[in-house]
Amino acid sequence: MKNPDAIVIGAGIVGASCALALSGAGMKVLILDRGSIASGTTSAGEGNILVSDKEPGPELELALRSRGLWFEMAEEHGRAFELEAKGGIVVARHDDKSLMELARSQEQHGVTVQRLHAKELHELEPYLHPDISSGVFYPQDAQCQPMLATAYAIKRVIGRGGEFVPHALVTAITSDRGRISGLKTGSEEYSTPIVVNATGTWAGDIASLAGSFLPIAPRRGFILVTTPVPQYIFHKVYDSDYVSNVASSNADLQTSTVVEGTKSGTILIGASRERVGFSREVNIEILRRLAAQATSLFPVLRNVELLRFYSGFRPYAPDHLPIIGEDSNLQGLWHSAGHEGAGIGLAPGSAALITQQITGAKTFMDARPFSPSRFQMGAS
Amino acid sequence: MKPTQSIDFTFDGAPYSAIPGQTIAAALINSSNRILRSTRFENQPRTIFCGIGICFDCLVIVDELRNQRACLIELLPGMRIESQ
Repeated sequence: MKNPDAIVIGAGIVGASCALALSGAGMKVLILDRGSIASGTTSAGEGNILVSDKEPGPELELALRSRGLWFEMAEEHGRAFELEAKGGIVVARHDDKSLMELARSQEQHGVTVQRLHAKELHELEPYLHPDISSGVFYPQDAQCQPMLATAYAIKRVIGRGGEFVPHALVTAITSDRGRISGLKTGSEEYSTPIVVNATGTWAGDIASLAGSFLPIAPRRGFILVTTPVPQYIFHKVYDSDYVSNVASSNADLQTSTVVEGTKSGTILIGASRERVGFSREVNIEILRRLAAQATSLFPVLRNVELLRFYSGFRPYAPDHLPIIGEDSNLQGLWHSAGHEGAGIGLAPGSAALITQQITGAKTFMDARPFSPSRFQMGAS
Repeated sequence: MKPTQSIDFTFDGAPYSAIPGQTIAAALINSSNRILRSTRFENQPRTIFCGIGICFDCLVIVDELRNQRACLIELLPGMRIESQ
């Protein structure tokens, strides 16, 4: 396909969802990736679709809509990507005042919350440390297998006449009088009126190729994986420090406890956040801290061995909001990137929003808070 | 330290004895315990397959620690082995 209606760069969950929505609007879409399906941040997380960790504001509104779209997609196509409304439990290790305040404000903005007393909490999570006595249950929190979801979306795009080309590194973006006209990869040249930059942590590189700018930086995270065990953990369980860590802009290492089981019996343990560029260097101290925090929440994990760990790079934008919208410097160049640790959850909502903007339809929410222009004002 | 002639252990609560120096797997096979675990999803029985630590088929619980390869660990006196 040499002249697609739109090209999406990036075959992660954000790009695949975007291509799916654009093809649903009748466009012939070409998806390019320098690697393969879900070879970046999409495959480096836990597949979270969360509302619990979001403070009221545009991101929460997007997350709620996006969650709805995830389940609509699952209704249509069954079990293709292991979507599960497992529910999240946020526990307060000490003082629960800020957690309860957050829950109250989320509740006023459409989030279902259920405050838990010690007894209810330990009924839901019988292996939780007995000293922990307060928490909030978020039944809307969900999880999917993000690589399967990405592959599923791309398969549907192809079914609608689209195309996916892996191992295609974009080397140039061409324009004509301030409007995008196409792009080049190592071996091919394409012309198109619309390019969507969905390259996550690497979106700044594509913006630079187009002579523009996006301030997206990597925020590294490690996840520990245990050997398979009987079910000890029944929801996604995390401590209330997680929310403040997510919202923080500190470049130094931060860790909070996030623990959950998977269908295969392994347990995933996170979460660390640090800004160290694209370094993959292993910091054993971080792994130790994650393990210690997890066993303090679930003492039963002391007797469980680790199988492996992995790391990934969240696409971090300075104000923690995703960047969704048209570039201020080049017409026809659109961005959907910078979702940090929430890309899986926010992908279908972001895709719907950008597709509505591209096709000139009415947007389901005010898209201005996500506009790239907030970082590009005054750029030339 | 004097080598003893036999050492005692339990498997799923039942007492057995073995020759010092045997692996857990060897001691279990020698005491006619062939089924060491069952699979997670289909509950199929498993025993020693490769015997050299590669296949992870012979996983047992050793003194409350799950997922231990019976073929690699030397049996020690008093060990509590459980199938998983």
